Order: sequence, then structure tokens, then C-alpha cells
Amino acid sequence: MSVVSLKLYDFPAKDLRENFPAPLLFIGWDEHLMFGAPIALPLPSDTPFGALGSAVLPGIYGYHPDFNKIDWNTVAWTKSGQPWKPDLGKSLAENGLKHKDVIRFRTPGLNGLNSSCN
Amino acid sequence: MDTPVIKKKIGLKERYAAMTRGLAWDTTYQLMDKVFPYDKYEGIKIHDWDKWEDPFRLTMDAYWKYQGEKEKKLYAVIEAFAQNNGQLGVTDARYLSALKIFLTGVSPLEYYAYRGFAHVGRQFTGAGARVACQMQSIDELRHNQTQTHALSHYNKYFNGMHSPKHMYDRVWYLSVPKSFFEDAYTGGPFEFLTAVSFSFEYVLTNLLFVPFMSGAAHNGDLSTVTFGFSAQSDESRHMTLGIECIKFMLEQDPDNVPIVQRWIDKWFWRGYRLLSIVAMMQDYMLPKRVMSWRESWEMYVEKNGESLFRDLARYGIRKPKGWTQACEGKDHISHQTFAVFYNYAAAAAFHTWVPEEKEMAWLSEKYPETFDSLYKPRWDYWREQAAKGNRFYQKTLPMLCQTCQIPMIFTEPGDATKIAYRETEHKGDKYHFCSDHCKDIFENEPEKYVQAWLPPQQIYQGNCFKEGVDPSAEGFDPLLAVLDYYNLKVGRDNFDFEGSEDQKNFATWCGDSVEGVKK
Repeated sequence: MSVVSLKLYDFPAKDLRENFPAPLLFIGWDEHLMFGAPIALPLPSDTPFGALGSAVLPGIYGYHPDFNKIDWNTVAWTKSGQPWKPDLGKSLAENGLKHKDVIRFRTPGLNGLNSSCN
Repeated sequence: MDTPVIKKKIGLKERYAAMTRGLAWDTTYQLMDKVFPYDKYEGIKIHDWDKWEDPFRLTMDAYWKYQGEKEKKLYAVIEAFAQNNGQLGVTDARYLSALKIFLTGVSPLEYYAYRGFAHVGRQFTGAGARVACQMQSIDELRHNQTQTHALSHYNKYFNGMHSPKHMYDRVWYLSVPKSFFEDAYTGGPFEFLTAVSFSFEYVLTNLLFVPFMSGAAHNGDLSTVTFGFSAQSDESRHMTLGIECIKFMLEQDPDNVPIVQRWIDKWFWRGYRLLSIVAMMQDYMLPKRVMSWRESWEMYVEKNGESLFRDLARYGIRKPKGWTQACEGKDHISHQTFAVFYNYAAAAAFHTWVPEEKEMAWLSEKYPETFDSLYKPRWDYWREQAAKGNRFYQKTLPMLCQTCQIPMIFTEPGDATKIAYRETEHKGDKYHFCSDHCKDIFENEPEKYVQAWLPPQQIYQGNCFKEGVDPSAEGFDPLLAVLDYYNLKVGRDNFDFEGSEDQKNFATWCGDSVEGVKK
């Protein structure tokens, strides 16, 4: 469906790729709801995927006692909710990530404070 | 000699007719459709405006008289409150955080409602509907003013209340109420009434006014109680307009039914999402609790809603699509909302805190199935860390729902351990949502919601710094620059209540130490 209007209704979308310095990426850590919501970050497309675990996420999720125990080789990723296997050595773009994609990671064996998903 | 004027006494009904519909006329120099261009394009068919039952039966002269009397009483109380240092009578300075949210997030909505009703009060062809909307428009302006006046007294003593209008247009969490109302008043006049008068005022508003005003009374805030009472008789008139408008549309033409149903689905859900913030105020921010969010949801929505929608079933209207999920949410949304504000307390113009032991016990008692298992663990951890001087502050911006603009904090129906993610594509771009219902709303009118001013996105696009700020300058701190753009005073308005100026000042004024007040 579309907007019912009296006149032509055509306005630009606010969050097009060209409006940002870098593509926006949404990231969530499953079963760790102490972090109230997934986060949004503009990340250059040539960022190596492996840098998420080593450089980007520590400042965001490092407060959680589970974080330092993460083995990034066993982490289960999803993209748009579907199981997904990124190549840690390749860049975000080479892994097929585009503007406003949402990726999530699950850390087997680490599911929150006393396994409470917090 | 003058001709003697025979004064004819007319009855109330005739008098009402003469003072409202009697003052209207059909235009002849210009076509009526050109003078009233807005009341047909939404697809609502009206065959006979004379069937509109005037819900108020109030004429302007009587209106001024009633409202004038109410104003006199209200301002006498506000004055006495100020003279007697009423701000010292509140239970605890934490209570002020609830008022700060009210002043920055609710009072501006009254102003938007004034604008919205002034607009539709011009646009309906039917004079009865026009007059009803014009009066409500004036009510809403009055509410905005009385709330501003009543709360301005607190602004002299507490932080974070100095720029409500400025903040409303800029601060990230205030885009939730702002976008709600902008969505409503950019709809046509019939959608506006379904959104505001019916879905919000008739179905949901008791959740805002009743518990919040009793909350104010319980917490020693006579000033707020008084403006609440002063608005209450207006609110009942507004609710009558809401139900009248719905019934009128449904009775006029069967083709109106599916349109109205879609609006009810949309606006029930949007209103419900907006009230998450009230849920959190009720369960976490009133030092003396009145009732839990869950209890008031059951009392004011589930019970009343059942009979309302049973009554509307004869027109072919069913309960809003999001009903079941909203009822499930009564056990969760207050906890999820306060927790995310605890996360982002560095960027909010009010304080949050870890609930005290007895408050946690109250939450366990009120939410036996959810609090201990799902929400208490994070508070226990946060408390333990805060005691070590390691209070948690999330500094990375959250992902928001494209429709309701709330951070993606809500969980899957039936599984509160998983955040609900929904997405769709429009013109090659991805859009994300917190729920099936917010996604449906988007998909019905994508051209509208692609324009959403989402605060994290706007910050990343560089649109939330004061003029002249140079983000490429050495040592540039984007978070501080954004807070400056919000007119938020860092170290006074934000961060934890523990250690705040509000906490220290209040303790000093009450002749107590901070520890003494806390006990």
C-alpha cells in the first residue's frame, strides 16, 4: 500500500547510504539483554571483519563478564536472522555487508549472567 | 421611540444549535469541496453530517465561564505551592525525574494536540464536528500552559527542566512522542481523530492520567495533582468526542469500516508503544508506588477494552491486531524501558538509578513470573559494579525501530530472552522494526516512514551539532557536542541519581545527609 494524499507525495528517504560517512551496520549480541538494544555504527566497508571482535566490540560490550571469554572462532553469526558464516580475514564489503544490514552473534556456552540471558 | 425587544427564552438545545450549527453556512462563491479539501480524500464517506451527535453540547460562552473558574482555582493552588516551598514536600528527589520526562515528553504533546485540533477544527465540512474540535484545541493549549506553569516552580530548584521545547525537538528519546504526534497530524482529519481522540484518549489515556496523577498525590506533589484535576473534566469531553467520531464514521457507510479498522490497528499499537515510558515511570520512578503497570493495564485497558470492542463488534470492528501482544507486554515493557535508560543515562536529561532493595522486592511481588528470572539479574550485577565505582554507561548509539523510534528493546512474543528483529526493503534500502505491528504500519505507508528523523542516524550524518562546530577539529568529542546541541548540562542533568546535584541539594534543603535521606 502507499500513502493516500491530495497531491503528489514524493519525499527523499532520510537514511540513504550517501548521507553517511560510511555504511551503517547494526550489531546485536544475543542472550545478553543487559545491553538493552542492539547498536548502530557507521563502519568503513574495508574494515576487516575480524576487527569487530578485536577492536570495535570491546568498547561496546567489554563491560560484560562474558565478553573476555569469547572465542571468536566458535561464535555463531546471523545476518537478517539467517545463519551466516563471515570470513574473519575479509573486509565487511567482501563479506557482502551493505548499508543498514543487521548482524547478530551468539556465543555458545556464554549466555549471560548466570545463564540468565542478561 | 424604540421598538420594544421581546426577549424570547430559548431552551438549552435550541441555544446550543443557534450558537454552533446556526453560525455555519454553505459557501456559494466557491465550491464547498474547494473550501473543505481535506475531509474526503481519506476515503471516508459521509452522507449526512446532521447525524453527527454533538458530544459536548457546550457553547463558547459557557466554555469560557467554566474554564475561567477552573483556572482561578488552579493558579491559587500553584501560587500557594510556591509560597510554601512545596518542592520540599515531595517524597524524594528521584521523583523529579518522572516530572522531567512529563515536562519534556508529554506537555509538548498537548501543544501538538492544540495544533492538530485547530487544523481539523477548520477542515471538517460538518459544523458540529468543527466546533467540538475547536474547543478541544483550546483545551489542549490550556493544558500545555498549565503544565508549564505548574512545573516551572520545580525548574528553580532541580536540573534538567530548563529547555523542554528545545529538547523536545532534538533529544533522542523525545523523538518517540514527537514522531507519534507528527504522524497523527500529518494524516487526514478522520485519521487524526481516530488516532488521538479514539485510540489515544478513549482507549489509552486513563493509563497516563489516573495512575500518574495518583502517583503525584502519593509522592507529595500537589502542584501536578492540581493540574491533573483541572484537566480531568476536559479529558472526559475528549473521550466522548473520540467515541462519537468512531461511531459516526461507522454508521455513515459500510465502506468506512475497513479504513477505520486499519487506523485502529495502527494507532492502538503506536499509542501502546508510546506508553512504554509511562510504564517505566510507574514501576521504577515513583518513590512511593501506587499500582504496578501490569495492574493498571489490566484495570484500564483489558477490562474496559473488552467491553468497548464487544460494543463495536456490531459495526464489524474487531480488537486491534496488536491487542494480544500488548497484553503480553504488561509483564515486560516497564523493565525493558527503564533498563535501556539506565544504559544511556549519560545522554538523558534526567537521572536513573538501581532500584533499592525494597523496591526490587516490590517488583518481584508485582511481577512474579518475570522479574526475578529475567530482569533482576542485570540489576544485581549493575548494583555490584556501581558499588565498586564501575557504573555502567553505554556510549554507542542504539539501533531504533523505524516506526516507533524506540531502541530495539522489545522481545519476541512468547520468548522474552530474544530481542524481536523484523525488517523489510523499500526501494533497495533496508528498514528495521521492533515488531510485526510496527512493520505493518511502515508497509502500509512506506513513503511516510522513510522520512523518519531517527536520532542515531541524524547524529552519524552530522546533523546534531551546534552551528559552527567543526567535527574535524582536534580533540573533537562527538558525544559532548551532541549533548551541547541538546542544551543538556553535562554533570548536572545527566548520569546516575547517586551523586547528582539534585540528590545533594534535596538532602541539604531537608536538613539531612544524603545517607539519611536514603535509609
